[in-house]
Amino acid sequence: MNRYVWILVGFAGLVALLAIGLGLNPRDVPSPLVGKPVPAFTLAKLSEPEKTVSPKDMQGKVWLLNVWASWCVSCRQEHPILVEFSKKADVPLIGLNYKEVRGDGGFDMAKMPADEERKLAWQRANKWLAEHGDPYKLTVMDLDGRVGIDFGVYGVPETYVIDKAGVIRMKHTGPITPDVLGKKIMPLLAELNK
Amino acid sequence: MLPELGHFALILALLLSAVQALPLLASAIGRPAWRAVAAPAAVGQFVFVALAFGVLTWAFVVQDFSVAYVAQNSNVDLPWYYRFSAVWGAHEGSLVLWALILAGWTLAVAMLGGHLPERFAAHVLAVMGLVSIGFLSFTLFTSNPFTRLLPAPPDGVDLNPLLQDFGLIVHPPMLYAGYVGFAVAFAFAIAALLEGRLERQWVRWARPWTNVAWAFLTLGIALGSWWAYYELGWGGWWFWDPVENASFMPWLAGTALIHSLAVTEKRGSFKNWTVLLAISAFSLSLLGTFLVRSGVLTSVHAFATDPTRGVFILIFLVAVIGSSLALFAWRAPKVGLGGRFGLVSRESALLTNNVLLVVACATVLLGTLYPLLIDALGAGKISVGPPYFNAVFVPVMIPILFLIGVGPFARWKEASIPEIARALKWALAAGIIVAVALPLIYGQWSALTALGLFFAGWIVASGVLNFAERVRQTRAGRSIVATAFSQPRSFVGMHIAHIGVAVFVVGVTMVSSFQDEKDVKLAPGESVDVAGYHFTFHGVKAVEGPNYVAAQGVFDLSVDGKFVRKMNPEKRNYHSSAMPMTEAAIDAGLLRDVYVSLGEPIDRDKPEGEWAVRVYYKPFVDWIWGGCVLMALGGLLAMLDRRYRVRSRAAAIVPAGSQQA
Repeated sequence: MNRYVWILVGFAGLVALLAIGLGLNPRDVPSPLVGKPVPAFTLAKLSEPEKTVSPKDMQGKVWLLNVWASWCVSCRQEHPILVEFSKKADVPLIGLNYKEVRGDGGFDMAKMPADEERKLAWQRANKWLAEHGDPYKLTVMDLDGRVGIDFGVYGVPETYVIDKAGVIRMKHTGPITPDVLGKKIMPLLAELNK
Repeated sequence: MLPELGHFALILALLLSAVQALPLLASAIGRPAWRAVAAPAAVGQFVFVALAFGVLTWAFVVQDFSVAYVAQNSNVDLPWYYRFSAVWGAHEGSLVLWALILAGWTLAVAMLGGHLPERFAAHVLAVMGLVSIGFLSFTLFTSNPFTRLLPAPPDGVDLNPLLQDFGLIVHPPMLYAGYVGFAVAFAFAIAALLEGRLERQWVRWARPWTNVAWAFLTLGIALGSWWAYYELGWGGWWFWDPVENASFMPWLAGTALIHSLAVTEKRGSFKNWTVLLAISAFSLSLLGTFLVRSGVLTSVHAFATDPTRGVFILIFLVAVIGSSLALFAWRAPKVGLGGRFGLVSRESALLTNNVLLVVACATVLLGTLYPLLIDALGAGKISVGPPYFNAVFVPVMIPILFLIGVGPFARWKEASIPEIARALKWALAAGIIVAVALPLIYGQWSALTALGLFFAGWIVASGVLNFAERVRQTRAGRSIVATAFSQPRSFVGMHIAHIGVAVFVVGVTMVSSFQDEKDVKLAPGESVDVAGYHFTFHGVKAVEGPNYVAAQGVFDLSVDGKFVRKMNPEKRNYHSSAMPMTEAAIDAGLLRDVYVSLGEPIDRDKPEGEWAVRVYYKPFVDWIWGGCVLMALGGLLAMLDRRYRVRSRAAAIVPAGSQQA
C-alpha cells in the first residue's frame, strides 16, 4: 500500500476524536451534589420580602431550582425557554436570585448599606421579571451568595432537578437549550413524577 | 437597510467565490478559456467582503443596536476607538474579518501572480476560492453578523472588558493575517499536486508569501502573549492554553515550511515534504479555528459556542484537509522526492530542523487534545498544564538552537565536519563566556540558565561570524561597509530572524531563572521590597472611566532611596460585567520590568485599609517579545529579496497575450 495513505488514516482518527468531542461538554463539571440531599436554606421571597422559604416547603414534589440574576447575560438567552416551559409543564420552577447587586460589577459595595442593597436587589429583580416574563412559582433572594456556595454555583445560570425526597438528581451549568430541556430534563421529570 | 445590504454583499461574495473556484472544473472538463474568470472573481469577492465589513463597522460606529451582534458587543458608553475593534470582538464579526483578510490575500495573489503559468495561477486562485466558500458559508449559515434584534434595545450589553484594550485591536488582525496567509502556501501545494510536479519557479514564487504569512503569525502570537502579560495581571507571558496552542501549532509547522521551501528552491530536494508541510500549516490553522470556536476545549478565550457551528467546521475540516491529504497520497509519488544529498550537508541540517519542529508540533497537539481524548474515553476530566509542555517541548528545542548556529556554515549537498567546527570554534567560546558570566552577575548559576544563555551567545556569534565570512568572500575590492550593505536581503533576514531567536531565548531564560515576586498585604504607608525595588503604598482612590469605575492604587517606586516614578495599578469594574478587571502598572525597561498588580481589599467594607498586592521583578522579559519582533522583521526582509522581484519585473515585460498557454 502507498505509504502516504497512513497520513489519511491518522487524520481519520483525529476527526473521529473531534466528532466525539463535539458531543461532550468540557464545562460540564460533575457536581458532587448530584445524588445528595438539597442543601438547606432559608431565604426571603421576592414577592413577599417578609416571608421566607426553605427546601422543606417543597418536600414531596419534584421541582426545579434555577439560579439567575438580572446582570447575567446568558440568563436572557435561556429565559424564553423557561417562560415557555412554565406555561406547559406542571413542575414548580423555583428561582434562586444569586448576588443580584454584588454580582454586578457596577456598584461600590463598600459604600452601600445593607438595607439599600436589599431595596435595590428587589427593585432590579422585579423589574427584570416584569420585562422578560416570570416563569417562577416563586423566587428567593440570595443577596450575599452564601446559599450559592452551598450549592457549589459555578456560573450563572445553573439549573437543578430535585426529586420528591429532596435529593438533587441533575445539575445543568450554563443556559438551558431546547435540546437540554427536551432530551434530558423533561424525560427525567417524567420519570421522577411516575 | 444598511445591514441588509451588508448581508446581501456577503451573499454576493459567496457566489463570486464559487465562480473563483471554476478553473478547477474548467481544467477537468477541458475548457481552459473558463479559467480566465478566476482573477476578476477574486477582485469582485474582495470588493463585496470589504463592503460587508464596512457596513458592520458602520453599524458599530453609529451604535445600531437593532443589529443583534452590535447590541451584544457594544454599548453607548463604549469609547469610539473600541467601536472599530469591537467588530472583531466576538465570533460572528471575527469571521467577517477572517473572510476579509482571505479576500485580501486572494486579491494580492491575483494581482501579483502574473508571472506564473496561467493554468497554475488560476488553480491557486481556485483553491483559495474553495477555502473562501467554506468560510463565507460558515458565516452566512451559522454566524450571520447582520441578524436583526427587533425591537432594538436602548442600550447594548458591551464589549467584553478583557478585550477593551490596545492589544486586542491589533492582535486578531495580525493573527488572522498569518493563519490565512498560509492559505496561499496551501493553494500553491494543491495546485502543484494537481500538476503532479513541483517546479523550482513555483517554489520561488511561494516563498515570499509564506514568509509574510509567517511574519504576521509571529507578530500575532507575540501580541497575544504581551497582552496576556499586561492585561491578565498574573505576570505570565505564555500559559499553554488550548487557544494559544492552536496558534502555536501552525507557527511551528510554518517555521518548518519556510526552511523546507528553502531547500526545495535551492536544491530541488524535499519536494513531497514541502508540499505536506504547506498542507499541514494551513490544516493546523483550520484545526485551531475548530478548537477555538466549537467549544470542545475549555479556555480563557471563550467564544460563544454553538454545536451547529462545531459540526459545520468539522465538516469543512474533513472536506479541506481530507481531500488535500487524499490528493497528496495519490499524487505525491509522482511529485517525487527530489535531489540527493550527503549525510553531512545543509540539507541534512535543515531536515533535522524540520523533523524536530514537527515533533515539537506533535507534542503540542497531543497535549492540547489529551484532555479531550480522556474525556471521550469516559476516563474523567483532566487538564494538561505547563509542566507537561515544558518537560517535552524544551528538550526538542535544544538541538534546534544548536543547529541554528551550524546550518548557515554547512555547505549544500556535501559539507565537512572539521570545516564547520573550525568556523564555529569562536561561537562556541562566545556561548561559554555568556553562559558563565551572565548568571554570575545575577548572583546564581544553574545548569539550565547556563544552557539557555550558552545557546543565545552561540547563535549570535555564529550569525556574526557567518555574515563576516560572507562579506569577506563577496568583497571583491569593495569596502567592507558597502559589501555588508549589499548582501541579499534574504540572507540578512535569515540572520536577523535567528538573532531574534537568541534574544527570545535570553528573555525566557532570564525571566524563568531570576524573576521574583511577592504577594503581600499592604496598608497605606507600608512598603514592600522586591529585588532591590522599593514600593510604598499610599492607598487607593476611586477613579471613573468612560464605562467603568475603578479603584486605583497609588504606589511610589524607589531604588536605593531615590524616587523613580509613581505607579497606578487599577481594579476596574465595568458597568456591564460582574468580573472585576485588573490593570497592572508596569515600569518597563530594557533589562527588567517591575510590575504591580492590585488584588482585593482585605476587608471588603474598608477599601481605605489593607489591600492584597502583588509585585513582580521580571528581568529581560521584554526580550521575549523583542525577539519575536526581530524574527518577524527577518521574515519580512527576506520577502523583499531582490531575487523575487526581478522575476516579476522580467515577467511584466512579456506581453500579456503570450501567457495564454
